[in-house]
Amino acid sequence: MEARTFDHGADIGVLGEGRTIGEAFAGAARAMFSVIVDLKGVVPRESVAISCEATDKELLLVRWLNALLAEADLRGTVFCEFEVRLREGGLDGTARGEPFERGRHVPGVEVKGATLTELRVAREGGLWRAQTVVDV
Amino acid sequence: MRTDDLLPVAPAVREIPRHGDMRVPVRFTGGDQLLADMDEKVREQILNVSRLPGIVGCACCMPDAHWGYGFPIGGVAAFDAEEGGVLSVGGVGFDISCGVRLYHTGLTEAQVQPAKEVLADDLFRAVPSGVGSEGKIHLEIEGIEEVLREGARWAVAQGYGPEAELEFVEENGRIAGADPAMVSHVAKRRQRAEMGTLGSGNHYLEVQVVERIEDEPAARAYGIRVGDVVVMIHCGSRALGHQIGTDYLVTLAEAAKRHGIPYPDRELACAPIRSPEGQRYYAAVCCGVNCALANRQVIGGLVRQVLERRFPGSNPRLIYDVSHNTCKLEEHKVDGRTRLLHVHRKGATRAWGPGHPGLVPRYREVGQPVFIGGTMGTRSWILRGTSLAEERSFSSTCHGAGRAMSRHEAMRRWTASEVRQDLAARGITLRAASKRGVVEEAPGAYKDVESVVDGAHVAGISAKVARLRPIACVKG
Repeated sequence: MEARTFDHGADIGVLGEGRTIGEAFAGAARAMFSVIVDLKGVVPRESVAISCEATDKELLLVRWLNALLAEADLRGTVFCEFEVRLREGGLDGTARGEPFERGRHVPGVEVKGATLTELRVAREGGLWRAQTVVDV
Repeated sequence: MRTDDLLPVAPAVREIPRHGDMRVPVRFTGGDQLLADMDEKVREQILNVSRLPGIVGCACCMPDAHWGYGFPIGGVAAFDAEEGGVLSVGGVGFDISCGVRLYHTGLTEAQVQPAKEVLADDLFRAVPSGVGSEGKIHLEIEGIEEVLREGARWAVAQGYGPEAELEFVEENGRIAGADPAMVSHVAKRRQRAEMGTLGSGNHYLEVQVVERIEDEPAARAYGIRVGDVVVMIHCGSRALGHQIGTDYLVTLAEAAKRHGIPYPDRELACAPIRSPEGQRYYAAVCCGVNCALANRQVIGGLVRQVLERRFPGSNPRLIYDVSHNTCKLEEHKVDGRTRLLHVHRKGATRAWGPGHPGLVPRYREVGQPVFIGGTMGTRSWILRGTSLAEERSFSSTCHGAGRAMSRHEAMRRWTASEVRQDLAARGITLRAASKRGVVEEAPGAYKDVESVVDGAHVAGISAKVARLRPIACVKG
């Protein structure tokens, strides 16, 4: 599973790649949280289950990323590990991380939301790629 | 951006005439170089906006326009419900009612300079900012719903600023049409500890000195003189606004399909104004506006407390508070008749000209104050609204410098300590919650605010009043 960010004029793109759509979605989530905090210092101590639905897999990626942002905000948590299982009409996922602590964690910037900009979920060269731009 | 087919209609105003499936012309404001330097995506996005159902007049681009989400940032468009007009999440953005509030501190630079460092410390401590920050106010869901109904009036009732300030806040501090039932429980829960927080990214709180006056009558009306110290606050509706945006983004993208809207870009995520989804979204956006107005009112109250403690007798005064990410129901004259329109301003500031009946009496002769944030290392501006803006841009003007460089590129070019040293050399004190945030917001990553303001001034959509020089900046 690969997770990285990419350039966008004003904001930041997040991208995940993997052998399955689930791995690609997990990678995109990890890339998004790398914008919020330096993931090297985050320990996957707590686990949260997240499910979401959408009418297609691209909108599902947006719903997944936004559900993670809401969950992290509500819990005061930052996430670093993700698992995603696709199902008919939606997904069931798990996010692991720990409460954000100033001083111990190195903060990046808040992410306001995942957008539909540069949104793509596609299979390329044998790998699934899931990407979109997040508003910071 | 390709500009060879733009027709000049006035100085710094050019148009792409209506053709093909465009419903209205596209109008660009700004000088030749600004337009040439714009991303090609700006043109593509504003052309897409011009094709939306029920759009009237023209689709406008402000001089600071850059690539956004569906709409360009710096995009303005008005829709008529009677003509099948739509509401678009892309036309408002995730930070609903993000805007700028400006206080006159009642102090001069000579009084503030010796205490600048401690003042920056005080402000950094008083106004929570950055990832994971929480405010001092903790509300239950009922309290949040009151914020969404009452806006800045709620904050004043809690003791954050005097009631007399409210007439200097857009919509007198509370927009009509807000229905908290249209906002998700998650959105309300996320906001419970976020009232009075600044956020991060390009949000800031800055202490500035009035450096130059360009329009004496307007400066007199706004009560500013050279050497005076002001505090500029830039932030929005925090987690609640972000959640409204993300909740409705996918809902409206799916609704557009159901309503058979032939929209050219899914990012525009729109629904007819008169559809159930459109009605719900508008009521939620109004909640977001009230949340932002309340949030800035709380921060204003905190800033006021800091100033009064540090400089007893300073008597801060609110000059104005105006948003730049909104959709509002307004009257405008189009094709010779006055119509009630839903005006989207994504990264554009409402700018009423002299005589507008909605203006507070003190500003009625000169027009509404407009605040253009520069970067933490460069100047900001106070402009005023013009009557010409009503004809040219639905009474709208620019909102800031606008990014010229990606965040990645900024990270490649500078380190936080380099940016900090550069600011110190310019006499600017910085307090910041995140090193990464400092680098991404480096002054060099933005367009030249002077050319943006010149563009708006020459295009006649606002007029220069005063230039502000930063001396201390608090970033999230």
